Amino acid sequence: MAQQWDSPQMVKGTGVRWSAFVIYGLLLFFAAIYVLPLVVMLLTSLKPLPEIYSGSIIALPQEWTVKPWIDAWGQTCVGLSCRGIKGYFWNSTKMTVAAVIISTAIGMLNGYVLTKWRFRGADLLFGLILFGCFIPFQIVLIPMATLLGKLGIASSTPGLVLVHVVYGLAFTTLYFRNYYVAFPDELIRAAMIDGAKFFSIFFRILVPNSAPIVVVTVIWQFTNIWNDFLFGASFSTGESAPMTVALNNVVNTSTGEREYNVHMAAAVIAALPTLLVYIVGGRYFVRGLMTGSVKG
Amino acid sequence: MASLELLNIRKRYGELDILKGIDISVDAGEFLVLVGPSGCGKSTLLNMIAGLDTVSEGDIRIGGRRVNDLHPSERDIAMVFQSYALYPNMSVKENIAFGMEMRKVPKPEREQAVKEVSKTLQIDHLLDRRPAQLSGGQRQRVAMGRALVRKPRIFLFDEPLSNLDAQLRVDMRTEIKKLHQRLGATIVYVTHDQIEAMTLATRIAVMRAGELLQLGSPAEIYNRPANTFVAGFMGSPRMNLIPGTLKSEAGGLHLEVASEGAAPARVVLPRVPDATRAYLGREITAGLRPEAISDKLDGGSADGRPVIEAVVEVTEPTGPDTLAVLLLGGREITARLRPDSTLKAGELGRFAIDLSKLVWFDPASGARVA
Repeated sequence: MAQQWDSPQMVKGTGVRWSAFVIYGLLLFFAAIYVLPLVVMLLTSLKPLPEIYSGSIIALPQEWTVKPWIDAWGQTCVGLSCRGIKGYFWNSTKMTVAAVIISTAIGMLNGYVLTKWRFRGADLLFGLILFGCFIPFQIVLIPMATLLGKLGIASSTPGLVLVHVVYGLAFTTLYFRNYYVAFPDELIRAAMIDGAKFFSIFFRILVPNSAPIVVVTVIWQFTNIWNDFLFGASFSTGESAPMTVALNNVVNTSTGEREYNVHMAAAVIAALPTLLVYIVGGRYFVRGLMTGSVKG
Repeated sequence: MASLELLNIRKRYGELDILKGIDISVDAGEFLVLVGPSGCGKSTLLNMIAGLDTVSEGDIRIGGRRVNDLHPSERDIAMVFQSYALYPNMSVKENIAFGMEMRKVPKPEREQAVKEVSKTLQIDHLLDRRPAQLSGGQRQRVAMGRALVRKPRIFLFDEPLSNLDAQLRVDMRTEIKKLHQRLGATIVYVTHDQIEAMTLATRIAVMRAGELLQLGSPAEIYNRPANTFVAGFMGSPRMNLIPGTLKSEAGGLHLEVASEGAAPARVVLPRVPDATRAYLGREITAGLRPEAISDKLDGGSADGRPVIEAVVEVTEPTGPDTLAVLLLGGREITARLRPDSTLKAGELGRFAIDLSKLVWFDPASGARVA
């Protein structure tokens, strides 16, 4: 199934193809526009502060330094405490890993039940779950705050995990439901005849064959949860804040001179995990989104 | 190995009747083939036997025991699916052993059983491969291995050969038959292919639109079809169904075959069954297999067989014999002639009819009269 989306292997004929120049020229132009902010961030983070104030923002550093990175990680002031962003980085890591694992696992089970153990009203229920994808974050803030308070997990990492799991379930259920709907029923029937029950079918047959959609879901959930700012800002305080909130507190400091190089380093650190997840899983991401649409 | 009884099985989806009271019972060791056009309910019936679909009404008994409410895994059956349904994440060995693993059979015993079955099916060199690395025929064998290894009381096959190419299909058909002869197992086999039904079955159930039209041995189904549908469905080329009028003249009976714009043709009938006589002077449908119309006249006498004259419209040499479409009283009928027949399209030929193979149907109901 590898080459299915390639352009047709037409004979192109001879002669200069001006359209190719135009296409590649435009592509290079837009690629440059996209990559420019990242270049500026990286360059700035590797310059000493005086050079930033005096020079051009896209000039190469005259004196290369990694001190801003070390400062950002361990010394910069986040709000009132000056111990760097590392604590918040771990907050985000714990929160994201836990929320991604839990929401993916529950989404998987939902998709399994909605497609292979269908019951009256299954489609209606799925429609209602789907509705959750369209609820804006802002609407749930106040009820969620009340709920977290009542559960006694307000302003804590477990509280944020719960928020992200609840909000992510609609999406993970959608992904797994649509993947499993194309999963052959005959395999389930064969397993039933072989004597497998609800959970053994799930763990022995369905889960091992879900790699592409698991990658898609994990990337999607990881990116959203790691990058979330609104829930983090609303449901955490001080030391329990996730990375995104801490980054805001670093950058929006109102005292002293603005350490742009440290800010840039902190911002790149904040963006690294999602970048890493995408580089590792990106290949499967595209493939996963395509599966089900084409037999293979 | 066990007997199987289906007692007045019905299946309803709301107002829709999928199965309208099916009664079939087969002895232990029989090979029952459910055959019929798509949508006739044969697969539904098989799924009900397997426990993969619920029974609206009626009883299913395996070995005399009612199994309606038993989970598929408790019915002691094994099923081979059309798509083979091999678990893609498991090796061949794990696929075959999965059922035993779920039943908590100890590992050494499982491995012994896998070894035996894979040797029988000649897949012992494939045990460590994944299904994706196998050819269609090999997958088919693994699917059968998975069923065989459990030594169930009944084997269920759901169109197992329809995904194979023509040559392999014939080979696997023979293998399945050999397997049945060696194991003496009770098998229920669903197919829409009438040749598979004829070659494999000890008993055939022909179904249409949720009804059982006929249950019988392949010979009964072929030679004495219960109605025109069964007659037309079983056999290739199809049985000729010739509408005509039964007439009596000068003490002898004949069938007059007529159609608009053509001279009526006459088939002299030296003898007819008594039940057919009731149709004297009325319309009746004669059913005649192509092989009962031959060009072997044996020096013109045709030893008492009536001889007809007909124009050859088309000839189709198949190798072992030549099929010819003849025009009899303006109606097309197919005859199976000798392979070295020299008749050409447009020629007038003389053909002998084997009356012992002739069956009669009521034109209105389609039911066999005699």
